[in-house]
Amino acid sequence: MDEMIEQPADQTLILTGNEAAAWAARRAKVHVVTAFPITPQTTVMETIAQFVDAGKMNSQFIRMESEHSVMAGMIGASMTGARTFTATSGQGLLYMAELVHWAAGARLPVITTIASRGIAPPWNIWVDYSDVLSMRDTGWMIQFASTHQEIFDSVIINYKVAENPEVMLPAFVAYGGFTQSHTSKPVAVPGQGRIDDFLPPPPRKGWPHLNLDPDRPIVHGNIMMPHQEYMEFRFKIHETMERAKSVIKEAIREFKDGFGRDYHGLIESYLSEDAEYLLVTVGALAEQAKDAVDSLRKRGVRAGLVKLRYYRPFPTEDLAALLEAVNLKAVAVADRSIAYGSPTGGHISSDFYSVLRQTRKEITYLPVVWGLGGRDVTVEEQVGLFEDLRDFHEGGRVGGTNKLICGTLWVGLR
Amino acid sequence: MNEKKPKADRKSGLPAATGWRDLPHVPVSLGTMGSIGKTGEWRILRPKISGEKCNRCGICYLYCPEGTMVFKSGMGPEVNLTYCKGCGICASECPRKAISMKPENADRNNG
Repeated sequence: MDEMIEQPADQTLILTGNEAAAWAARRAKVHVVTAFPITPQTTVMETIAQFVDAGKMNSQFIRMESEHSVMAGMIGASMTGARTFTATSGQGLLYMAELVHWAAGARLPVITTIASRGIAPPWNIWVDYSDVLSMRDTGWMIQFASTHQEIFDSVIINYKVAENPEVMLPAFVAYGGFTQSHTSKPVAVPGQGRIDDFLPPPPRKGWPHLNLDPDRPIVHGNIMMPHQEYMEFRFKIHETMERAKSVIKEAIREFKDGFGRDYHGLIESYLSEDAEYLLVTVGALAEQAKDAVDSLRKRGVRAGLVKLRYYRPFPTEDLAALLEAVNLKAVAVADRSIAYGSPTGGHISSDFYSVLRQTRKEITYLPVVWGLGGRDVTVEEQVGLFEDLRDFHEGGRVGGTNKLICGTLWVGLR
Repeated sequence: MNEKKPKADRKSGLPAATGWRDLPHVPVSLGTMGSIGKTGEWRILRPKISGEKCNRCGICYLYCPEGTMVFKSGMGPEVNLTYCKGCGICASECPRKAISMKPENADRNNG
């Protein structure tokens, strides 16, 4: 009975996006947090520091001298079987880039939240997903959280996925710098017991495949010659990403059963089944676009939305299935990130060609880039995008202020 | 028809993997002396330890990145010349400057 009284009950707290991430690390009972500040994620680390200092979170909190050391610390700790957590943004993520590759290559289930910000130069601290998307080929799973609640829930769900013995890959949970990191919303924080039921602790003996044990010294990360299995180990990470898709869906199902919140899967569809004009995008702008879709529907335009939740693994099959929707005429894929020199200028919109390849249908395709460096994208501009998509489908050109250059629509480009 | 079976790994005795499906998530080695070969052959400078200056503090042993500084009981530190690469960290770290780096050829000629 004493245990039941001491268990924190379910609560709803007004939290910033960063605080939601910190609460999730606390509820996940992470063992080790390595920390370095950078705007706009710093309050994730500061909140965790306060929890640890107040005795509410039984984690080792280690201040490091740089983000490179932060990820080195995550790797070292994770190799002993610890559950590990950290957070970073922008330049900080780039500073740890070498070790981001390492964590995935070592198959360690590190979870890192990213309060995304623009990449310098010029210096930019506002929402832009180029930072996390520059890590897209590292072997980390990448998920976008479009609401504060989703930030909290996604950290918990991704621990479950990452620590699955068949997966053992690290994951980013990314959300918008300032727009989500610093704004406040009510967030349901489940009691510790309910989280424990969903997310058991890591195995006491450490991860089965890689464990630092003083009684059994090992060497890991050794040189591997071309005629040895380097290519096979690389292939296995990619193959695991494919298999992770079903693990993710199962974890989301279990989460819905345990907590009543349904995250649908690798993607979330909003009125896409009968849509003629479809927008595919990520993050808070995807959630916001539901308002644009509603507004257009009221005017009789069959607009629909797909929120891409997981970018890695890329949900080719799930997206391709949507293209078979009977009325679908045109699809726009909007990136809040820039991939210079890529086929479209955007990460997701370039990758989306693999989806278009899956269908025999003739569908007009419009890649879009918007909101770089935190430039606002309003609901009105999202409505305008659908109008541009329709104009582009019907006549191959757009009428408004957005600029269609080399096949990509640049929203609000001056 | 003679089918060539892949040889078992000579160090661990584990059967050789025949394809990616047999592999664990990551390669882990149990550590073997000299698995990359006789790295002493790379040396162009060799550490020379002065018995008079050395006080057996063990700092050279702690700093040697290859673990080739050896302390035998009752004797001063000795270099395992089969593997010592001659990096000179021991000489750099010795607080008594008891170690100096000599050209490899000079010592060979003097026996």
